[in-house]
Amino acid sequence: MNPVSRVGRWIGDHLVLAGGLLVLVYLLVPNAIVVLMSFNDNSEARNVYAFQSFTLDNWLNPCKPSGLCSALGTSIQISLLATVVATIIGTMVAFALVRHRFTGRKAANVLIFLPMAAPEIVLGSSLLSLFVAVGLGGRLGFWTIFVAHVMFCLSFVVVTVKARLGGLSENLEQAAMDLYANEAQTFWKITFPLVFPGILGAALLSFSLSFDDFIITNLNAGQTVTFPMFVWGSAQRGVPMQVNVVGTLMFVIALAIVIVGEVQSRRRQNTLA
Amino acid sequence: MSQAADGSRDLTLTGVTKEYADFTAVKSLDLTVPQGEFFALLGPSGCGKTTTLRMVAGLDTPTTGSITLGDLDITYAKPYQRPVNTVFQNYALFPHLTIFENVAFGLRRKGVKNVAQPVEAMLELVELTSQARKKPTQLSGGQQQRVALARALINQPEVLLLDEPLGALDLKLRRAMQTELKRIQSEVGLTFVHVTHDQEEAMGMADTIAVMNAGVIEQMGSPVELYDNPRTAFVANFLGRSSLMAATVKEVTSEYVKANMHGTVVSIPIERAHVREGSAWVGIRPEKVLIAAAGTPIDAPGNHIEGGIVTDVNYVGVSTEYLVRMPWGQEIGAFAQNTGHQDILPVGSQVDLSWRPEFAFLLDSDEDPNAGKEEQA
Amino acid sequence: MSDVVAPRRRGPSVAAWLLLPGAIWLALFFVVPFYSLVATSLFDPNGSVLSGYEVTWHFANFSDALRDHWRPLVRSLVYAGIATSFCLVLGYLLAYAIAFKAGRWKTLLLVMVIAPFFTSFLVRTLSWKLILADNGWVVDALQAVHVLGPEDRLLATPVAVIAGLTYNFLPFMVLPLYASLEKIDLRLIEAAQDLHANPFVAFFKVTWPLSLPGVAAGTMLTFIPAAGDYINAQLLGSPNERMIGNIIQNLFTTTGDYAAAGALSVILMALILVLIMTWVRKAGAEDLV
Repeated sequence: MNPVSRVGRWIGDHLVLAGGLLVLVYLLVPNAIVVLMSFNDNSEARNVYAFQSFTLDNWLNPCKPSGLCSALGTSIQISLLATVVATIIGTMVAFALVRHRFTGRKAANVLIFLPMAAPEIVLGSSLLSLFVAVGLGGRLGFWTIFVAHVMFCLSFVVVTVKARLGGLSENLEQAAMDLYANEAQTFWKITFPLVFPGILGAALLSFSLSFDDFIITNLNAGQTVTFPMFVWGSAQRGVPMQVNVVGTLMFVIALAIVIVGEVQSRRRQNTLA
Repeated sequence: MSQAADGSRDLTLTGVTKEYADFTAVKSLDLTVPQGEFFALLGPSGCGKTTTLRMVAGLDTPTTGSITLGDLDITYAKPYQRPVNTVFQNYALFPHLTIFENVAFGLRRKGVKNVAQPVEAMLELVELTSQARKKPTQLSGGQQQRVALARALINQPEVLLLDEPLGALDLKLRRAMQTELKRIQSEVGLTFVHVTHDQEEAMGMADTIAVMNAGVIEQMGSPVELYDNPRTAFVANFLGRSSLMAATVKEVTSEYVKANMHGTVVSIPIERAHVREGSAWVGIRPEKVLIAAAGTPIDAPGNHIEGGIVTDVNYVGVSTEYLVRMPWGQEIGAFAQNTGHQDILPVGSQVDLSWRPEFAFLLDSDEDPNAGKEEQA
Repeated sequence: MSDVVAPRRRGPSVAAWLLLPGAIWLALFFVVPFYSLVATSLFDPNGSVLSGYEVTWHFANFSDALRDHWRPLVRSLVYAGIATSFCLVLGYLLAYAIAFKAGRWKTLLLVMVIAPFFTSFLVRTLSWKLILADNGWVVDALQAVHVLGPEDRLLATPVAVIAGLTYNFLPFMVLPLYASLEKIDLRLIEAAQDLHANPFVAFFKVTWPLSLPGVAAGTMLTFIPAAGDYINAQLLGSPNERMIGNIIQNLFTTTGDYAAAGALSVILMALILVLIMTWVRKAGAEDLV
């Protein structure tokens, strides 16, 4: 091996990995700060966003800042509802797109793609224009947010479920029919269980997208306050540290879901191997 | 068919055609598979054999024609409404179910209460008892193939369809599974319809073979019949190898057809001659051709042709495969068994060829002499 | 003979029923709103929430909006472009490391890439305020090595806004890049090296071209949200770093100038569509749709 390629190999093996890990650090430092700040006692200096001293107070009284927990409750309600609706109708669309041939299929694919390609500010202002145009300008709130969230979650659900469904051989369904399963049995015994991980993934993605959305929500919320809007509003005056408690909790819960899911799927693959 | 009336359960396809938007996969197919037979549909990829199988399984419906099982018309019956099961090409085992549940699937759908006993018996038959709790991905290819077989067989279908079931296995395993399949078929006595492009597989297992090409059946019969007496150039070339030589029919007697082949008159038994006049192709299998150095007597009475030159020698152990250029320019194959009483003839040797008349066959000159050569597996 | 019934074909009717709810939702809340946005952009600019609006085909809204707000518009595209370039470099490094150098840690590292999403976008962006604070260790360190002068700061500068954008949209770059790098058959790279290409040549002649679909997808997924974002500009920047999103948001919610806000939204969307079209055509990523 010539020296150039030996140097190249070394760079490839070590520097690339080290560089990649540094990028990961860049990605993860803010999460660490969120965890740290959840233990921060800033009762002395509310408008300074810096670590003062350690306390468990934020964790013991997460609802202390007025409005935080009601905003959180609103967000959870909207996200759950939007997730359920978007997952159901998005899964139906994915099935239509993968398992049926019809005219306009290509156009339907593009239509699904567009909301993902449009900046949130455009989606949000479009919806606001519509709501104002039909005279709902004064009645923005829970339901207009819900409608908006289903709209932008829908595309992500379709894409996620489509990917899973596309990887599923129609052979399996044919085999089930060959083995005396009628259409409904084939769907519930074979298709659905095999696509389910994709649907679950889509639902989790929807929930986090919906829960986290600010730009679209802010334009269509009226007087309703979601968790991100609470954070935004308090950012002007000084953010209560309890916000970091919520952030940390979300992080831990999501991580737990991912780990449990991963362990489950590994165990499923290795049963009695 | 009159057999249908006496309660037999022959599988019959009548005038079955399958058209797609831009081509016709199967053209007016008539076929009867007697009950209990091991039947092979043999042909190159794209010949329509898999489409035919899928129509019998109910996964496709014919454009026209009908499919019956005994006197039961199943042409448009749903796959789950017909007593037919399939072993799929890539097995199509359900990845989320255990081997046990895969095998039990059909019984459960049919509402059988106690599945444990038949499933265990079936797993025993295919020697997979110890694997019952595993998932399909944890099994080897050969094991998966046996699960697919067990999963279909347990339903005791009247017809079992096998779609290239051994295609994904390596050669050694394939030969072993062939024997296994044949054993199981004779044990359970079902009608097997086996789709394959592997002529050795078909010849080794099937009672009857239908050779398909371009949507039609070229010829149907026992392996021996097809090999010895091909009716078309496609069958002659696709099943084994053949040399086809241009000739003109001279004379037809009660036993032989005599034809002039580039100046030599050769005889073909009348039952193997599919032409009675005009130009034709004389066909001969290379292992039937005897070869000897020019002038050496060949100890067999028969059609004798002189003036060949060896252009290629391929020693394969049990035999030596020669390619001989004939005086009219065509190259003809001749396989000599290495019995030891003849030295290997080097390239460039002057040779005479000879074959017994009863081994030759005569085909219509309309046939394309190269048909089936490229498709040969 | 049993009754032979020709089968009903599973035709467009099933597909239509499956599509219907989703299609209606997207039509009502995506297509119609967009039409409504275009209509809004042509409102009589003298309308208000109280007096109502009227479509007067007032195309001057567009020129007026451009005249008043071209700076934030250009700034948005420039910031998004710079952030996307940083994302591409950093994201490629990370995706490459995960795809080819991480071995059995692959899954763990991938989880770590999406882990930031587990915490709210806004809360995480606020952490950058702490990291880049005037008395924070990043500024102190940079001042110590004289990259920053003693009075210089990071917060409320373009640097902070671009760093925030880069940080926030980096995972959108890493994931598609990883997906297309992972598909590359390692034997291709080995074959290139076997044919006397050194690792650098092998990278630029084999790996990079094969990863282009991921590059195209990643740059789009990064650039589009970055160009429309105003959270980073608001939280980490000063009024001098305001982006087009800030303006649209303000015009809608504070000023109530729907006509101008609509016009700016339409302009932003049009610019992004043009950029995507040229980019997709250039990078050959048509099959993304």
